[in-house]
Amino acid sequence: MTAEPLLRVDGVRAVYGDTVALHDISLDIAHNEFFALLGPSGCGKTTLLRSIAGFETPAAGRITVDGLDLLPLPAHKRPVNMMFQSYALFPHLSVEKNIAYGLEAEGVGRAEIRARVGEVMEVVRLGHLAKRRPSQLSGGQRQRVALARAIIKRPKLLLLDEPLSALDRQVRASMQLELKRLQHEVGLTFVVVTHDQEEAMSMADRIAVLNEGRLEQLATPQELYAEPASRFVAAFIGTANLLDGEATADGVAVPGLGPVPASHGLAAGSPATAVVRPEDVTVGTEVSGGLRGTVVDTYFLGGASTISVEVPGLPAPLLASVHGATRLARGADVGVTFGRATAVPRDPSQPPSYGTTIPTTAIPVTDAAAAADMDEAAGNATGVPAASAPPRSQDVSA
Amino acid sequence: MTTTTPQATPAVRAQRARRGLAAAPFLAPGVLFLIVFMAIPVGLLAFYTFFKRGRFGGLVFEFTLDNWAKLAEPLYVGVILQSIGLAFIVTVLALLLGYPMAYAIAGLSPKWRTVALIAVVLPFWTNFLIRTYAWILLLNNAGFVNQWLQAIGITDEPISMLYTPQAIVVGLLYMYLPLMVLPLYASLQQLDPSLREAATNLGASPWRAFRTVTLPLSLPGALTGCIFVFVPAMSNFVIPELIGGGKTVMVGNLVRDQFYEARDWPFGATLALVLTMLLVVVIVIQAAVSRRVTEGPRRG
Repeated sequence: MTAEPLLRVDGVRAVYGDTVALHDISLDIAHNEFFALLGPSGCGKTTLLRSIAGFETPAAGRITVDGLDLLPLPAHKRPVNMMFQSYALFPHLSVEKNIAYGLEAEGVGRAEIRARVGEVMEVVRLGHLAKRRPSQLSGGQRQRVALARAIIKRPKLLLLDEPLSALDRQVRASMQLELKRLQHEVGLTFVVVTHDQEEAMSMADRIAVLNEGRLEQLATPQELYAEPASRFVAAFIGTANLLDGEATADGVAVPGLGPVPASHGLAAGSPATAVVRPEDVTVGTEVSGGLRGTVVDTYFLGGASTISVEVPGLPAPLLASVHGATRLARGADVGVTFGRATAVPRDPSQPPSYGTTIPTTAIPVTDAAAAADMDEAAGNATGVPAASAPPRSQDVSA
Repeated sequence: MTTTTPQATPAVRAQRARRGLAAAPFLAPGVLFLIVFMAIPVGLLAFYTFFKRGRFGGLVFEFTLDNWAKLAEPLYVGVILQSIGLAFIVTVLALLLGYPMAYAIAGLSPKWRTVALIAVVLPFWTNFLIRTYAWILLLNNAGFVNQWLQAIGITDEPISMLYTPQAIVVGLLYMYLPLMVLPLYASLQQLDPSLREAATNLGASPWRAFRTVTLPLSLPGALTGCIFVFVPAMSNFVIPELIGGGKTVMVGNLVRDQFYEARDWPFGATLALVLTMLLVVVIVIQAAVSRRVTEGPRRG
């Protein structure tokens, strides 16, 4: 991190009527950083982005880019460009006219506009579509036009509002790579708003997780995953087994389960949740010395499999992941042990939730007869992690 | 108009034909109505234009082109041009007044938008003749406008406003302004607000964003509004009669006079047909321009 940040958001507060959209958010973004604002819808991430662009006026706080105070400037004078979620391409202008728009507004000469438009169209590989109208393009092509239009002025800061949400899965993956390539190639600072944690994790250098207008945690993807600062972050980022209990000196005491060793800095006796990632859960018929449980379902994901295990005393099944396929079958009696675990503080007033997300790409490898039950299991677990899942009976597999 | 690509195979063409026919039960009643009450009367009009007039109306079945030749007489050319001119002025004024109105209404909160739209169409719910007579009361020499002008000392003598071309313009404008505002409002209201934001974000000042994004994208709505105003304004004959005092003759008055007073049905039919053709041409141009604006120049 360089000493002088490119973007500094300082105590920004946004209010709509009597709801507070942003609670005094402060963060710094460095030059050439790929930064993500991540959170569920309504968390305030878009409000923050629009405040930077100048489409919303915060009630308090400062936003500076390279020391330049943005808030007194009208939107069209800010050195910041944005790629809109809907792309907002001008339907009455051709691709090249769309891309040239920013330069024309700036009063750049014809020859230079032509040269720079050509250049940028090469970068995003759109050269052959110059004369088309947006309505004649595919989703991926539109996205690249929007991107070209946003980067042609070489803004200090490029804001991207849910850049990939309108694309289907295949195009998404390739655009994700393309965005990263572009960021390196043109050397811009990117701020991406997204609700998709996978997208943020795979692209961003650092991620700010927002929830209900508050900054929950700002860290690298690796840190967010390994050391979540809150229960929300633990549940929102990746898949996690969340075990509610009370902090002890060296872990969390989980009712009905006993102590779970975990690293933390919480005061002993305070409400806490142990966070155990599925890859830190070992499951097997020959595993002993831990808990006993019954395999409810297995999900084959290609490179890995997820095993869902019903443990007596726990309100939700535990998830474990293993490399490749698993030979464990539904109904198998297994032993379960935990490896690495972390603990996060828990708000006792919040209803307990058993955050276990099963990846949506899960392909069940259970036999056909179990398919009906599978739907129920998936339905239980694929919802928003923070939402409380109804406790399941312990003998589902019987 | 249907477009058939040269590569269309017979099977594809047959499928298209079937798809076309599927709509028949839904179209038939309306089409039948239009044939009976529109196509046949217009055909009759066209037929009339080639015959001599009867003495007390009606036709004498003797072929002639005199009715068409008569159109070229300066008197009638003048009336047609005057009608086009007045309708054009009304349309331009309606656009100038209506655009800011529609723009402002589209920017209101949903609640006030409804109120404003009701206010715009409210005059339509009042009887047409009553509204026109109201203008007579306002504009005559002893009317409110003159009383008011004298009261504040702008003029000593009443200005004669009624029975002038200007009065007709005011009357027509009043009558048809809502028809300009509504389509304009519809096109402005459906514009994605993020387009304007995108323009602003790319460095366009609010005026430039309006000029290069909002204005061109609202052009189809503006063109529709212009047609909605121009077409009835050009063929209206009640307002020129009542507010124009029948002195300023427009095509509509002329058509009526030919049928009722001059009893020259063939020439009346010719004028009516010319009026219809002019308006059809205007509508075709509007459709073409509007398609060009929204879809862009033809692809090569």
